[in-house]
Amino acid sequence: MTGLRTGPARAVGASVARKEDPRLLRGLGRFGADRSAPGQVWARVVRSPVAHGRLAAVGTGPASAAPGVLAVVTAADLPGRPEIPVRLGVQGIDLSGYLQPVLAGRTVRYVGEPLAVVVAEDPYLAEDAAELVDVDIDAAPAVLDAAAAASPGAPRLHAGGNVAADFTLGYGDVAAAFARADHVVQTEVRIGRHGAVPLEPRALLAEPDPVTGGLSVFGMTKVPVFNRDLLARLLGMDEAMIHVHAVDAGGGFGARGEFYPEDYLVPWLARTLRRPVKWVEDRAEHLVAVNHSRQQEHRLAASFDADGRILGLRADVLHDNGAYCRTHGIIVPELTLAMLPGPYRVPAYRGRVRAVLTSKTPCGTYRAPGRFEGSAAREQLLDVAASQLGIDRVELRRRNLLTPGELPCQRLMSTLGTDVVLDAGDYPGLLAAAAAEAARLGYPAEVTGGRRAGRRRGLGVAAFLEKSGLGPQETADVVVSRTGAVHVYSGGTSLGQGIETVLAQIAADALGVGPAAVSVVNGDTDRQPFGGGSWASRSTVVAGSAVHAAACAVRGRAAEVAARMLEAAPADLVTEDGAVSVRGDPAARVTLAEIAQATAPASPYLRPGEPSGLSARRRFEVTHMTYPYGVHIAVVDVDPGTGRVEVLRYLVAYEVGRAVNPALVEGQLRGGAAQGIGGALLEEFCYDDAGQPQSATFMDYRMPTAAEVPPIDVLVTQDAPAPGNPLGVRGAGEGGVSASGAVLASAVRDALGLAGSVGRLPLTAARVQELAGGGAR
Amino acid sequence: MKDIHLIRLRVNGREHELAVEARRTLADMLRDDLGYTGTHLGCEHGICGACTVLVDGSPARSCLMFGVQADGAEVSTVEGLADGDRLSDLQQSFSDRHGLQCGYCTPGFLMLAEGYLAENRPGAGTAEPTEAEIRELVAANLCRCTGYQGIVEAVLATARSRRQRAAQPPEPR
Repeated sequence: MTGLRTGPARAVGASVARKEDPRLLRGLGRFGADRSAPGQVWARVVRSPVAHGRLAAVGTGPASAAPGVLAVVTAADLPGRPEIPVRLGVQGIDLSGYLQPVLAGRTVRYVGEPLAVVVAEDPYLAEDAAELVDVDIDAAPAVLDAAAAASPGAPRLHAGGNVAADFTLGYGDVAAAFARADHVVQTEVRIGRHGAVPLEPRALLAEPDPVTGGLSVFGMTKVPVFNRDLLARLLGMDEAMIHVHAVDAGGGFGARGEFYPEDYLVPWLARTLRRPVKWVEDRAEHLVAVNHSRQQEHRLAASFDADGRILGLRADVLHDNGAYCRTHGIIVPELTLAMLPGPYRVPAYRGRVRAVLTSKTPCGTYRAPGRFEGSAAREQLLDVAASQLGIDRVELRRRNLLTPGELPCQRLMSTLGTDVVLDAGDYPGLLAAAAAEAARLGYPAEVTGGRRAGRRRGLGVAAFLEKSGLGPQETADVVVSRTGAVHVYSGGTSLGQGIETVLAQIAADALGVGPAAVSVVNGDTDRQPFGGGSWASRSTVVAGSAVHAAACAVRGRAAEVAARMLEAAPADLVTEDGAVSVRGDPAARVTLAEIAQATAPASPYLRPGEPSGLSARRRFEVTHMTYPYGVHIAVVDVDPGTGRVEVLRYLVAYEVGRAVNPALVEGQLRGGAAQGIGGALLEEFCYDDAGQPQSATFMDYRMPTAAEVPPIDVLVTQDAPAPGNPLGVRGAGEGGVSASGAVLASAVRDALGLAGSVGRLPLTAARVQELAGGGAR
Repeated sequence: MKDIHLIRLRVNGREHELAVEARRTLADMLRDDLGYTGTHLGCEHGICGACTVLVDGSPARSCLMFGVQADGAEVSTVEGLADGDRLSDLQQSFSDRHGLQCGYCTPGFLMLAEGYLAENRPGAGTAEPTEAEIRELVAANLCRCTGYQGIVEAVLATARSRRQRAAQPPEPR
């Protein structure tokens, strides 16, 4: 029989091979730019070459007359001057005065801002014509530093000023916590501007259907249903007339799949020109157009009692959001504050953040948003405190970590519209386990040995709290076809994380089939019109739980129909290996294929009024996130002369509740750590004084290669199943990167024997030379 | 006026004859004119290596070559590696060792590795490859997902298994 093979007794928990691999390895993935439509034309965006100024004129004449050009469009041509709305509004703060127009109208606010779009018969001609668009801008002073932008008298980027939001989160009596302290420790840490930079640039193909008036879109990922609905609203269409198709995506990491100006422009052009329109971004565009992230300045102070126990924590954070508030609004600054106390017992906390707009590419989330930044600042504070209080770094953390008995722990704050309730876990236990694993792997001996040999070698340690499984809902459909093959239509999206495999494993176990019998389609809005998308480490938790529920419902329905076919009581039936049989009578057996056939219209096994087909749609709702946690430990060598930091050893210890596919969890942690090494040591979007991007190629924006990333050790624990979902899972997407800035700052500080913090990330060669106090800059 | 050239090349053993504009890159020609969309573009300035193909057996960044430069050449792309549905030993090794996640950089790494493995094939008089050597090779391309560990392990394992296979007497058929 087709499709049904006996898999491992339980697929969940096994490192089954990825369903995605065969097509990707053969070069048969379907990425955004891989599809072409007959008669398609190509779009090219004209971008601002100036960081700030008044857009006096956009001359389109010569471009319009260039060979093969169909249209040159500026802001004045767009109906209603559309803007990109905030997808996630938080804290009741109105950001409507800071939104990005699809095409700039009167003012340009960063280099790379879309000003016009050219459509031509071929991409080379489109690019030729785009260079003929004559942009006349009266330049104004660029505002590049967040502190300067927030001060009175700074040039105003928006009518409402440069501070888009200024708010506090916290709880407890902070003043009292500092008044009665034995020690107060302060530190400042700046986090450099860097970003997701997935290897596949963005791509879109929009195909209008002249018969129905509908529209097919290829290339939207992450939140396709949200993007479809938004596009429908902006274009004045019925949302069911837009079909966003599932595609492979060359990495997401928070940036890909948000609704950008091009996500309006390309479909609008396709409808207006009545031609399929394709747009493929190049890397130079990507580095100035797609959300940047991370840039923050943290001023932290903590008060301690005589034993080194934290009494209170204060944070003042300046968040540089670039020129506009895009779809993420102010969730990164909000998450920064909400997650800043981390896994520690912080009786009183007050954090203030100002989200400041500057003449740079707008910002959004990047894997572990707010946690990479906040963990780096907080863990530097604890390292400095350990030095000042004369307590061992690990011991200071152990004393302050929340204990299992203190969980669940509600912090009287909200983030992403949910209350912060740390659900369950053993934070000190994981710290001890990580330290033991590092010792077993020889980390401390390597530090001692290296120092004895005269090296500036440092050990870094950092503990952190993550969050995952954001609701409010996810929906899944599970359908068994007549061959017995199982089809899952999920609202997640495949961004490279292996979610097809994970959802197949979950469905397989719930249905009593092997994962090979299950195929998964993610991110197709016709197949799953109620999906929430893949972000915030939510898919295994919420999409997995929805698939589990739908598959369990199908299993129940299969047993009900099988009972009629076998003339047996449902209670006497067992479901396994793709069949339902009568307990103790293996000959009395019907396969899932036969049951699916028995639910066909006009089947004698269907009762009047029952729907045909063997399928179920289920929704999983959740009001709280689940909070994974972890520890990073690293060993580095610092060369004070060259400023080079070499990462020698790196351990990620992470609690995931339950690993559906351990190999994929380990892969997430290793890949995350590699990205974190980039953000901590190498990657930075730099600007000159006029606001010109200085990191617009891969020669200047330095992503880590295999030469900079050592083998990453991982310790995945499954000791604290999440209480809030039926699978007990916690998200694994971000734990690899969350504390990488923190741990490498800690290791470099240790290597150099600094009294204070490292001051800022990334720890580039020049910065390390400065810290080491030697060598010319 | 477009500067069009008529060229002939073989891709994965198949003959192609086409008219191509002088400025068209080999990558665009392979993807958009000939349909080999397994070759991916990640940077178009020769750093990331996602577009790596073999030109007459040597790895080349197809974004840095013009299509006309491949006139008369034998080009190998990722689509030529598998035997129908059966993955090659290198492809299988990538899957077994979790050497890919999103898969966008993967064709470039596979072709980079195939070029290296051909140069260091059993009998070529080269020494057994070390992990450090493979890591240096892998550092030629960028991957944003995996942290490189699985890629290094997959290439190393394939290099070793090909040598072992070559050292063994052929199995009786």
